[in-house]
Amino acid sequence: MITLEKRPEPSQFWVFATPLLSVLLTMVVGGMLFAALGQNPFVAMRTIFLDPLFSEFSWFYRPQLFIKGAPLVLIAIGLSFGFRAGVWNIGAEGQYIIGAICGAAVGLAFYPMEARWLIFPLMVLAGALGGWAWAMIPGILRTRFGTNEILVSLMLVYVAEQLLASMALGPLRNPDGMGFPGSRNLSQYPSAANLELIQESAMHWGVVAAFIAVIFAYVALARHLFGFHVRLAGQAPRAANFAGVNPNRLILICLGLSGTLAGLAGMFEVSGPAGQISIDFNVGYGFTAIIVAFLGRLHPIGILLAAGLMALTYIGGEIAQSNLGLPGAAIQLLQGMLLFFLLAVDVLTNYRITWQRGRA
Amino acid sequence: MDLSAINPILFFASLMVAATPIILAGIGELVVERAGVLNLGVEGMMILGAVCGFIVAVNTGSAWLGFLGAALGGALLALLFGVLTQCLLSNQVATGLALTLFGLGLSALMGQGYIGIKGPVFADWHIPILGDIPVLGPIMFQQDPMVYIALLIVLGTGLFLNRTRAGLILRAVGENHDAAHQLGYKVIRVRLMALAFGGACAGLGGAYLSLVRVPQWTEGMTAGAGWIALAIVVFAGWKPWRLLLGAYLFGGVTVLQLNLQAAGVAIPVEYLSMSPYLATIVVLVIMSAGRAPGSLGRIFHASH
Repeated sequence: MITLEKRPEPSQFWVFATPLLSVLLTMVVGGMLFAALGQNPFVAMRTIFLDPLFSEFSWFYRPQLFIKGAPLVLIAIGLSFGFRAGVWNIGAEGQYIIGAICGAAVGLAFYPMEARWLIFPLMVLAGALGGWAWAMIPGILRTRFGTNEILVSLMLVYVAEQLLASMALGPLRNPDGMGFPGSRNLSQYPSAANLELIQESAMHWGVVAAFIAVIFAYVALARHLFGFHVRLAGQAPRAANFAGVNPNRLILICLGLSGTLAGLAGMFEVSGPAGQISIDFNVGYGFTAIIVAFLGRLHPIGILLAAGLMALTYIGGEIAQSNLGLPGAAIQLLQGMLLFFLLAVDVLTNYRITWQRGRA
Repeated sequence: MDLSAINPILFFASLMVAATPIILAGIGELVVERAGVLNLGVEGMMILGAVCGFIVAVNTGSAWLGFLGAALGGALLALLFGVLTQCLLSNQVATGLALTLFGLGLSALMGQGYIGIKGPVFADWHIPILGDIPVLGPIMFQQDPMVYIALLIVLGTGLFLNRTRAGLILRAVGENHDAAHQLGYKVIRVRLMALAFGGACAGLGGAYLSLVRVPQWTEGMTAGAGWIALAIVVFAGWKPWRLLLGAYLFGGVTVLQLNLQAAGVAIPVEYLSMSPYLATIVVLVIMSAGRAPGSLGRIFHASH
């Protein structure tokens, strides 16, 4: 009879091994899935995981890693603090949208003025504030009325999506766009564009912000009292109380932090890679970032690596879609599966599997 | 704008239809949470039910078989959640989210060849005598069978939880799983059964969308209905009767905003479309009076 015996401390080996094991399992089961869809599983896996990096067109795909990875890193870093402390913000997608709307609105308000030193920083500020404010709604409702932040933050995603549609069709619509929905293209407006910092590298300001966020998060978690409080609140809420952690303040800070970073991610996206506010602006980075945060073990460096892997599946998924005719949903499924396997094999980190004869 | 264009009888009749998927998914989740498990994957189980139900119904030509398939699909996905959270002791919040993401992906993949197809007709029942009562008849007694089945499930669940021994055991497991374990009840088995029931109900709710309410298959068609069902469970204070109230309230807001859209109110469509979600938030804020089951969301491990 198999029984689980709780480890006195999480196994250091499995903390690192479980993400790798879950990726491996996902590849195996994903391969079987693709085989069932009538694809050669090895070709499919090579297309998704290796072609973006090593194929003859990789010069085109590699920079894409930055474009897809930066928003994932930014959002996941923010979420990781809350997830550690038991504050479940799952509405990052909504905060991302609102950040983009606010950032774009500020940029468009100045059109066609030429003052990059003023406009672009203001847009960054507006994006951050927008995301922060949107995250404060579940935060304040939770701390004032005890409302469940999971449900409120998620409901607000749907509200934000409707708001995005109304903005794309209404106030932010391009007046020279001949009635088509969608705003002016910000990336063609030099004062507001989130430019490539190095030619042909796709390194834009969002990538810089993502790296800064990783460093700050690392320092905060390892060296700062705030990081200690976050870890304490998650692992031992009673002890955190005795240590003088104010739970309401912690909730507001965690939600505010994730909202701010998600809003920034949205702002960098709308002024750079996406270029404009449109009805289908958001592509689910806010939800994928949840997978990234867990896959990265809620650790800044881990998140960086996990975001790279997720970005890879996005790009590889697009290649597989055009070259092999694999449906886009298959990639979404693969990402969901990855989180499943990670959660499943995670039992090895905290428990030891033992065999017992006879009565268990 | 012409508000008199809204026919009150038609309004309440479509309110019943709009509330039914929420009732189905909500009552399933209510039982799951009373057993002490927080399954945030309702949305994923619903959408899988929607696609399974539609595929089975199209291929067999029977909406009834479709509903059966949907219930099976939802239950299977719920059992996957059960194995992870109950046997492999994973975090319920994270696993529930994974279930939703997985369900959305899987359903989109499965439903690829079924976009734009029409499913079999699921006819309304015109109950003799009762259906002929003026006003009340068209609202209450000329609906499709699933409306009544949903109400029967709520009734049965209420009786089961409060009037049977098995219901008492389920509540005991949810209130304090360690004590229930000490008394010799099989915590994990009870929870797995509750989860399967919850998944089946969520599947039925999803299939109701794809077979009756819409009736078509489109990707992501549940559009947050599963999350709203979760909110309604909190609103209901984990009591079946109040769940009905919450679902009808939600159905009312949904139908009202659709009617206002049709009536051409001066408010942009997008703002009307947000209203069910905003209403859910408002309801959550003012009505969080109920007490959650004691062991809700906590991991059970027999060694403690």
